[in-house]
This record gives sequence, C-alpha cells and structure tokens, in this order.
Amino acid sequence: MSPGAPAPQAGSSVLMGFVHRRRRGAELFLLVLALAVGVGGYAAVGLGVQGKVPPDIIGYGGWLAALMVGAHVVVRLVAPYADPVLLPVVAALNGLGLAVIHRIDLTEQTDFARQQLTWMTLGVVLFAGTLVLLRDHRVLARFTYTCGLLAIVLLLLPMAPVVGRTINGARIWINVGPFSFQPGEVAKVLLVVAFAGYLVLHRDALALAGRRVLFVDLPRGRDLGPIVAMWLVSLGILVFQKDLGSSLLFFGLFLLMLYVATERPGWLVVGALLFSAGAVAGYHLFGHVRVRVDTWLHPFEYYNNPDGADSFQLVEGLFGLAYGGLIGRGFGDGDPTRVPYAESDFIMASIGEELGLTGIIAVLLLYGIVVERALRTALISRDGFGKLMATGLASIFGLQLFVVVGGVTRLIPLTGLTTSFLSYGGSSLVASWVIVALLLRISDQARRPVPGLEPVDETAQAEEATQVIKVGRS
Amino acid sequence: MNKPIRTVSIFFMLLFLALMINATYYQFVAAGSLDDRPENRRVKEAAYSSERGAILVGRTPIAESTAVDDEYKFLRSYKSPFLYAPVTGYFSFGSSSGIESSQNQVLSGDDPRLFIGNLVDLLSNNAPKGGSVQLTLDPDAQRAAYDGLAALGDGVEGSVVAIEPSTGKILAMVSLPTFDPNNLATHDFAARDETYQRLLKDKSEPLLNRAIQKRLFPGSTFKVVTAAAALESGKYDGPDDVVPGGDTFQLPQTSGASGLVDNEGRTCPAEGLTLRRAMEQSCNTTFAQLAIEVGSEGMLRQAEKFGFNSDYLDDLDGQVRSVFPSELTPPEVGQSGFGQFEVQATPLQMAMVAAAIANKGVVMRPYIVDEVQQADFDAEQTQPEELSRAISEDTARTLTDVLVSTVDEGTAEPAQIEDVEVAGKTGTAQRGVAGEPPYGWFISFAPASDADVAVAVMIEEAPGQEIAGGRLGGPIAKAVMEAILQ
Repeated sequence: MSPGAPAPQAGSSVLMGFVHRRRRGAELFLLVLALAVGVGGYAAVGLGVQGKVPPDIIGYGGWLAALMVGAHVVVRLVAPYADPVLLPVVAALNGLGLAVIHRIDLTEQTDFARQQLTWMTLGVVLFAGTLVLLRDHRVLARFTYTCGLLAIVLLLLPMAPVVGRTINGARIWINVGPFSFQPGEVAKVLLVVAFAGYLVLHRDALALAGRRVLFVDLPRGRDLGPIVAMWLVSLGILVFQKDLGSSLLFFGLFLLMLYVATERPGWLVVGALLFSAGAVAGYHLFGHVRVRVDTWLHPFEYYNNPDGADSFQLVEGLFGLAYGGLIGRGFGDGDPTRVPYAESDFIMASIGEELGLTGIIAVLLLYGIVVERALRTALISRDGFGKLMATGLASIFGLQLFVVVGGVTRLIPLTGLTTSFLSYGGSSLVASWVIVALLLRISDQARRPVPGLEPVDETAQAEEATQVIKVGRS
Repeated sequence: MNKPIRTVSIFFMLLFLALMINATYYQFVAAGSLDDRPENRRVKEAAYSSERGAILVGRTPIAESTAVDDEYKFLRSYKSPFLYAPVTGYFSFGSSSGIESSQNQVLSGDDPRLFIGNLVDLLSNNAPKGGSVQLTLDPDAQRAAYDGLAALGDGVEGSVVAIEPSTGKILAMVSLPTFDPNNLATHDFAARDETYQRLLKDKSEPLLNRAIQKRLFPGSTFKVVTAAAALESGKYDGPDDVVPGGDTFQLPQTSGASGLVDNEGRTCPAEGLTLRRAMEQSCNTTFAQLAIEVGSEGMLRQAEKFGFNSDYLDDLDGQVRSVFPSELTPPEVGQSGFGQFEVQATPLQMAMVAAAIANKGVVMRPYIVDEVQQADFDAEQTQPEELSRAISEDTARTLTDVLVSTVDEGTAEPAQIEDVEVAGKTGTAQRGVAGEPPYGWFISFAPASDADVAVAVMIEEAPGQEIAGGRLGGPIAKAVMEAILQ
C-alpha cells in the first residue's frame, strides 16, 4: 500500500485530504523507553533489595526486548497505520508490573514474576495472532450473538460444579488442567464485541423513540429490554459470584456504550437509577456488599476486626501509601508485603509505598494515555462498529482502573479487580494484550488512507450511506 | 457518535483526576497523621529496624546498633550494661527509657538538626542512619562510683551523682540496683516481656534511676542549705561567727521527747559555738535554731534557689522535683533545718547544692548530653547554662571554708584526699519509722578553691551494714573525686 495520498476529491469526506503517517519509527523509539522502564525497574529491584544487579538481567532483558521487538515487527507488517503510542505504553506498564512483582517475590520467596513473564509471552503471542488473523475488525460484527452467548456461558462457567472454583470468596475461577483461569476476563472482551454489534444495529430504535421529561429524553419502555437484561446479568454476577468489581465493570461498560451509540444522556439517567437501586438493595440484602461499604466508610474501626468485616488489607495499604510519601521509599526500603495480595489486587499500594506519589501519578498518566488513545481511535474510526468497540475497550481499561485503584486508595469501596498489565494474574494479562491488539486493529483501519477513488470499496460505500442518514438527524 | 465519545473522554479524565487527587491526599496531605496512627506497625517497625545512632561515653559507644540477620536487621546492644543502664535506659519494640527515649529524635535520625546529614545520605543513596549522642559522663568516675556503691554488698540500693560545678556537666550517674538493657532490647519478644514483668515486680525497683527519680530526706547534708540561708540573711557573716547550740533543743510549741532535738552524742556547747564547729560536729540543735531564725519563707526561698520544687533536667525524662514545703510552723521549720520533716531531695539535687557552693554560688543547669553528632560532623554541642544564683560569693566562700573544716576535722573525714583540699558534709537521715535503718548521704567537692567535681552519694539500703553517711558514703565520694582529679 502506498503512503502517498490520492488527490483530494471534491465532495468526499473531509478525511480524504488528510493521511495519517505510520509513525512506526516513533513506536520503536518509545518501545526502547518502555524497555528501559522494564529492565531498569528489574535492575533497581535487585539493587534495592539484594544490593546487586540480578544475575539474570541479560536473559531477562533479552526476553523482554524480544517480546517487544516481536510485537513491533508484527504491527509493522500487518497493521502499519496502527496507533504508535499504545503498544509502548502498555509494554512499559507490563515491564513495571513485572519488576514490582519480582520485588514482592524476593521478600515472599515466591516465583510470581517468572509465571507472569510466561503469561506475558502468551499475551504477546495472542496479540500477534489477533493482528495477523483479524485483518478487519468489522468481521467481528458477524459474530455478535455468538460472542454474546459465549460471554454468558463463560460467565456462568465458574458456577458449574466440577470446573468452577472459589478463590478468596469470589466464584469467578475455572480449572483448566493445572491452571486456574478467570473466564470473566475473556467474557468482557466478547461482551464489548456483542454490545457493539447489537447497538450499531439497534441504535436508531433506541435513540429516536421516547419522550422528553425535564429536559431529558427518556427511552421507550419496550426499548428498555436490553439494558434491563444487562442489569440483571450484573446483579447475577454480584449475587451468585460475589464479584462486586466485575458486576460494576460490566454494567458501566454497557451503559457507556449505550450512551455513545444512542447519543442520548437519558440512558445514563436510567442506568444510574438502576445502578443506585441495585447498590442500595445489595447493601441491605447481601453481607459481602455491606462489609465492603462499612470497611470503606470506617476503615480504622474494622482494623484487625476478628469477626468477619476486616479492613486490615485496606488500612495497611493506606499506611503503605502514606509511608511512601511523595517520592517513595525506594525498592527494598518499604514494607509492601504487609498488605495481602501486594502483587495482584494491591499492586498499586506497593508502587505507592516504594515509588511514592510520583510513581502512582506516573502509572495513572500512562493509563490515562491508554484510555485517551483508545477513545481517539473511536473518534477517528470510520465505522460505527469500530467506534463502539474502541469506546468499549477504552471503557474496560478506564473503568477497571478506576474501580481497583479507587478501591485501594479508599476513594470508593474496595472490590476485587486486577490492575490491567500491572497485577499478577494470567487471565487478565492475556486478555489485556488481546484488547490492545483489537484497539491497534481498529486504529490501523481508521488511520489507513482511504483507498483510491476507483473502484469505490463496497464497505466504504455502505459507510457513506450510513453517514447520509446520520446527517439528517444531527 | 463523536459527541458522546468526547463526553466519555471528559468523564474518564475526571475519574483519573479524582484518583490523582485522592492519592495526593493519602500520600501527602494525610501521610503524617496516618504514619502516627497507633495501629501503624509499619512505621514503628521501620524505626525499630533502622540503624540507630550510638550513645557515646568518651570515645566508646556504650549503646549501639549492630547488624543482625533477622527481620529487624539491627539489634541494640549495650556494653557495660549494668554500669550505664540508668542513663542509657533501654530500647525495645514499642517502648524505651532513659537517653534512648529522651534523645530518640536524634538517635533515630528524625531530629531537624540532622537535616544536612540526612540529605547527604539521601543523595548518596545510603540507608538513613541516626545521629549519635555524646554523653558528658566520665568513664573513670562512673566506674569508681559504681564499684564503690556495689562494694557495699548484695542488695545495696543507692545512687551516686557527680557534676562539674562550673558547667553543670554530669560526670557520673549511678543507680543500684540496675538491670541489663540487652535483655529488654532482645528481638525475642516473649523473653523480653518476661524480663520486663520481672523487673517491674521487683521490690527493689531496678528500672528506677534513683539519681533523678528517688527523693528522700536529705538529713544533715541539708544543713548546708540552712547555713546558706542563715548567712544570706545577713545575721551571720563568717565561718567563725558564734551560732546557737546546746546539747538539746526543745522545738517551739512542743513539749516532751518528740519535740526534743539532740545531737546523738556529739559535742555542741550552748555558748561560743562557731558555725565551723557546728558544721564539723553536725549539730542538730544549731541548725534547727538557725532555720527557725531564718523562718519558713526564707528557708523556702533559699531551697528553691538551689533548685528545690522545680524541674531543671531536660536531657532525661522523669526527673522528680525535690521538695521543700511552704508555710511551715516553727517546729516544722526547725526539723527541716537538719533535713527532716517533709524536706526531700534527689541525689542530683544534693550534688547541685554542693556544685553551687563550689561554683561561687551559681547553680548551673545539669546536663548529660554533651553533643549531638552525625557521621563525620558535629551537629550541635550543648552550651552550659546558668540556672540561678543561689548564694553570694561571700557566702559560698564561707561555706566552702566550713565544709573543708568538716572534712579535715569533723564528721566528713572519710573523704580526705592527700594534698587536695576537700569540702564535704555527711548526712544520716531518719526514716521516721521506728526500727528502720537510716538513709546515708554524703556531699562533697574538690579541690575546694576551684572545684572540678562535686559529688552526692545516697545510700537507701545496705543490708548487713550499719548505715552512716560518712562511713559508707565518704569513701565512695572520695573515689569518684579522685577519678576526676587524676
């Protein structure tokens, strides 16, 4: 494909005259910086905790470099116009996560970092596989209902008697051979596809009908079906799997995509009301919800509380953050392993303690960039399905990060979710890499120059047709 | 769909902003109060696991942190533990005493005076290290005091304090019985708790620093204060002025044996008795009458000028005030004149009385922290500070003269040192309980003309010994003074 732009065509889309640059060189440069974060972090952990650079730094650094360069080469070959910032940013987060997990390993005598590197390898392989096999994201629109069904099966799977497992009170795991796997991590990707496929078809019906109450366009009663169904699914996850975080994530995800698809803030009002009702009912009906809220409101009263509701983890995490202060204690000089699950759910507390507020803000900014680039991809995507999918995938990262970091830092009640790319946990890491692959695919499609005038691409024509209808509305 | 996508991106921006503000709150705004919460073992353990500065006597560390291979990384260890325990105190997880407690900011490295050193540590990437505390103690004097007191036998309870009169530097501070702070600093917390409970229950109170935390009747050593008050009143002028005397003295407003003061067999003629002679013979009848002459008000004023009824020791926590009561009736004043009734003094206080006379009447604030140091440079040296002028220079000269005679010719003979003029006074205070042995006291300073050291010895219990201030306390005071004068 030639990078040279075709001559501007009068009467066509405004994007016709502008061609995105590939910027693969920039991506490579940023990847080198990301590699420096990963390898530098690993070396700093060795120096801080053991007083010497880890002996396997060459092998480790080489492996990390190979993964990043491999991912870069695949992008260069099959998605040359993809967003150049996303891959380096998530690679840096993944590298930092590995270093912090390794730091916890050294104190706890565990081997999580090695396992995480294995998962990262699998994640990058699936990342490459996704990009190679899926040349056009719109293909996925064909599998709307298949994806939806599969997602529901995966969500129900942990409830099944033989394969399902309860870990730390949440029944969200299944046994796959020797491994435990969280099918919910895959389900959220499938749900984004299903939502995007469904909404892009039904958005007009959902958007146009309805009446106006107090400056807000409320939808018709009969169109409430999907949102009520999704609400029930979320509540089901909350009640039967005791997984507050996933429940919140799925419902929030659906609500945001519905709002983007219909451009009707009324849906947000309906959703917020439903969510509030569910939350209040959940608080009064279910002990595990009440415990989370009570320990959030009064953490110090429940510190080391012997009867059930214990805020030990939350409070120790806060103490860790306070102890870290502005610049942190430095690797090895903090005491992050006082906090249970310092390498997974509470990895942000570990970062806050040893890398300080500086480290926390840096990580939040990196996630901010991920969400921003994903939403930018949604903005410039040329098809509704792509826009909705990119919005959904961005929302997964944004909501998940808010729920888990907000929980750890006592902004909202604590719920169990992983911090994408940072936390120890294979299912989440692999799923996150696939999400990035999907985002890169959508952005490659969006940034790619529009093919020449003649002959006009079939799909592009279909898009043009859609645009005409839209113009009539807005 | 672009408009709602933009709205969604603003929504996420607000969420991220909320996370950042919240993190800033916990890591910056509220960090200090979280660190100080009682539940926060992280900070306590970190303090306990860091390399604490040493406590030094001379050039020798008497308490230091040694690296050990356990979760707390450093173990506090004490050389000559029994000798210095009342001063150093102990440092344990969650509790400490003595210098370890009062100078904790310096030893842990949190003291603002150590800022430069901490900055250097931070920039050079060294683990932060506490500052060290240099004590004023003289190792030879401390050893002499300890050995002298311990030589009185098992079960001895007492204390010795030595001061440099011109500065207030504490040269020796010994208290018996004592304890081994190593057993409280141990990382074996179960053994530590057991030791601590045993020490707490021990009736001889080994955790008490008697030098500053035990006040007793000063007995005849208080006659020095009474003499000072009489001289300051202007009624008496020199060592050979005639003072009241008599073999017995009936306290005013009393009748019978309980109000009758005698001299326990020492000769104190009613006519022509000089102040010098009265002090040499430690005449109770004389000082009862002098105190009554000065009056309740005057005695109180004089005692307070020496430091009674006040706090003056900043370097160690828990100094108890020595007491001189106010608004006494004449018979009470009479008894107070020879250190009975409700007059009570700590060994440090009596050392300060001796030191004030030696320092031409000026009381210096006693201090035990000579210098705060970090790594290679001294952060701060303590400057001597004048606390008050207790007596005029003339009065000081007269009292010195009288006290020298008391050592040369009188009851304080055991403190004589060859070729050195020593001033001193004994004390043997009745407990006021029939059948109980008295407390022994001894105060002295030398050389009398320009003293380098003032000493107070207090013996509370010495099982198997007949307690008399001069006989038991004198040789100890002498040994301590010799250790300094050498």
